[in-house]
Amino acid sequence: MSAMDHDDDYMNEDDDGDDYTQDTQESWMDQDDDDDEDVEEDFGAGDGFEPVVADRDIKKGYQVEFEVHSIDDIVAFQTQEVAHVAGILGCRPEHAATLLRAFKWNKERLIERYMENPEDVANQAGVVMDADKQAVFSKSADGFECQICYTDDDDLDTVALHCGHRFHTECYAHYLQQKICEEGESRRIQCCQSKCTAIVDEATIEKLVPPDVLTRYRMLLIRTYVDDSVHLKWCPGPDCEYAIKCHVPQNQLQEVVPTVRCKCGFTSCFGCGLDDHQPCICILVKFWLKKCADDSETANWISANTKECLKCQTTIEKNGGCNHMTCKKCKYEFCWVCAGPWSDHGTAWYSCNRWEEKASVEARDSQARSRKALERYLHYYNRYANHIQSAKLSSVLLQKTAAKMEALQSTSTLSWIEVQFLRKACDVLLEARMTMKWTYAFAYFLKHDNMRDLFEDNQRDLEMAVENLNELLERPIPGVEGTGTLSTQNSSMSLGGGGVGIPTTASDPRGAPLSPLSKDISSASIPGTATPPPAAGAAVSVEEGIRVLRQQVLDKMGYLKTRREVLLTDTAQGLREHRWMLNVDLKTGVVNE
Amino acid sequence: MSNIFTKRLTKELRDLQANPPAGILIDKADDDLKLWRVVMSGAEGTLYQGEQFKLQFKFSNNYPLESPEVIFLDTVPIHPHIYSNGHICLSILYDQWSPALTISSVCLSIQSMLSSATKKERPPDNAMYIMTAKKSPKATTWAFHDDKV
Repeated sequence: MSAMDHDDDYMNEDDDGDDYTQDTQESWMDQDDDDDEDVEEDFGAGDGFEPVVADRDIKKGYQVEFEVHSIDDIVAFQTQEVAHVAGILGCRPEHAATLLRAFKWNKERLIERYMENPEDVANQAGVVMDADKQAVFSKSADGFECQICYTDDDDLDTVALHCGHRFHTECYAHYLQQKICEEGESRRIQCCQSKCTAIVDEATIEKLVPPDVLTRYRMLLIRTYVDDSVHLKWCPGPDCEYAIKCHVPQNQLQEVVPTVRCKCGFTSCFGCGLDDHQPCICILVKFWLKKCADDSETANWISANTKECLKCQTTIEKNGGCNHMTCKKCKYEFCWVCAGPWSDHGTAWYSCNRWEEKASVEARDSQARSRKALERYLHYYNRYANHIQSAKLSSVLLQKTAAKMEALQSTSTLSWIEVQFLRKACDVLLEARMTMKWTYAFAYFLKHDNMRDLFEDNQRDLEMAVENLNELLERPIPGVEGTGTLSTQNSSMSLGGGGVGIPTTASDPRGAPLSPLSKDISSASIPGTATPPPAAGAAVSVEEGIRVLRQQVLDKMGYLKTRREVLLTDTAQGLREHRWMLNVDLKTGVVNE
Repeated sequence: MSNIFTKRLTKELRDLQANPPAGILIDKADDDLKLWRVVMSGAEGTLYQGEQFKLQFKFSNNYPLESPEVIFLDTVPIHPHIYSNGHICLSILYDQWSPALTISSVCLSIQSMLSSATKKERPPDNAMYIMTAKKSPKATTWAFHDDKV
């Protein structure tokens, strides 16, 4: 595990480095590696001597194999497939391409069917394989009239596909342009004649349309190639032009969450195309999002203000009047106070003394059950929503962090690259929050058993790690938040803010001696508990304080990453082993509480 | 493009006025040829015998590459593929359109669709459709279920 951690850090460092190409990067990376090894040692380290490069490609238990392909790669795949099929069937590449498109690029099925009955397959695909019967370009013969423009001049340029329907070349070009540019059609453009199934092949289109239309046509073909292939999907990232190849089939999506990361940096789920939602599986994500869309806005209000009719479960709000309720829908009469049937109440119109009646108790029980279900949902929803909210606030955190990083550079001898650990920590935090959010959706659908308890233990550990790192990042940095001087007075101007910062020296009521943070402050101490604030004015330099802070951040960040990996690995393993018992019917989405 | 448009519609109009198919009559065509009214009579020996309907054809500049917008006006025939707002569920008017089709062939298709009806009734989803449909039937994504009627 730790060797892989190390490796992962190394790779991320590398990725981040791409964003800011800096000369100092290489030298700094070495230093960072050392730091990471320190972190690992704190958490049960393995040996750090394995060659870093050798296990770069090792996937963790919760990761899937995937490749990212550019448009050029996709064109190359297509050409290769077409050439292969053309070779086997002994036909022109454009015909092989039309056949492959008709079979959605299922090469094996095409070849099998074609071998059984070449004529039928070709007819259905709208191709004639005979090289002599191809599109014919010629001058119009006597008595010809184009059925599109009704021109019957002599010497018109005309074209007919193998079906023999002849039209004016110019009209054909307009027709193709209409199909390609207006209707976005590419894989099955048929002959102009009504009900004729002949397909205009690539070679013919090339001869007929202007270059810009041809470019669009080619682009559409590439798009349909990706759309038709089950193993390829476009990266859903904004403006991203890469496609991702992943071999996780649709029927395995209940056992694995195929998270893929595009070269553009966007992380998404290959199964459903949504943003990464590990560790929750696609179908549960779908149910959860639907439930949230249906319920959460109004659920709180309903919970607080209404009761359900005991007969038909209609939600009823009492907005005045006496306790004698009559359901508008089913006409059932009941008492608002005890929820029992009104018939038991006789003539006691305004008061209820029948709390212990059997019918009333049962009625309240059923009500309590439905309230409990709602409360359970809200429990998970509130936590889920909280992580979304915190993630939104992370843009604020990032700004603050950027300010901190600037302050660190201006007040100390630290270089740009040496303060990057703060930015990295923000990224790790955000990633962990996204994972956290989906753990709550997942837990909502888990049956209550020992396995869920174990899952929730892991969840709690990750939650703590997230909060600890978050607090540390929001804490003011000793000695550097000021205007740039090292005076203690200025350090009260905290940039870190966030309400959880430790008291700054200037306002410290205890008047504690201004001692710098020293090594003996355990890295496991919970941030926010009063640690004597360090001050730059003391004998030891600001650098020392920052070095300690950096160590703390790296420690907590390393721990957070470990916790996240533990949770994801265990959940993924559980999915493969069918260890998680769900309380939801995967067909209907109905939850059995 | 408008060259083809004018040339073609002028010729279609001339042909239709000179040799109208049985039961099809051009009521009027605007000067710019963009809007036509056609009167269609139910064929002899069918459920619609003796009835007359008014069809409206609207042509875009892209005609004949793009299909015309065709709807019934005023008295809409009661037919399983015709909605009470005049929209017609007929594949050649939408994705099966071909530039080689003409106003005359469209009219004949609609007439044959009327003729093959065995029962005068509205489409089963009529109420739902007319509530949500846009003004032009071309804004609807049509699913064509049966080729028999």
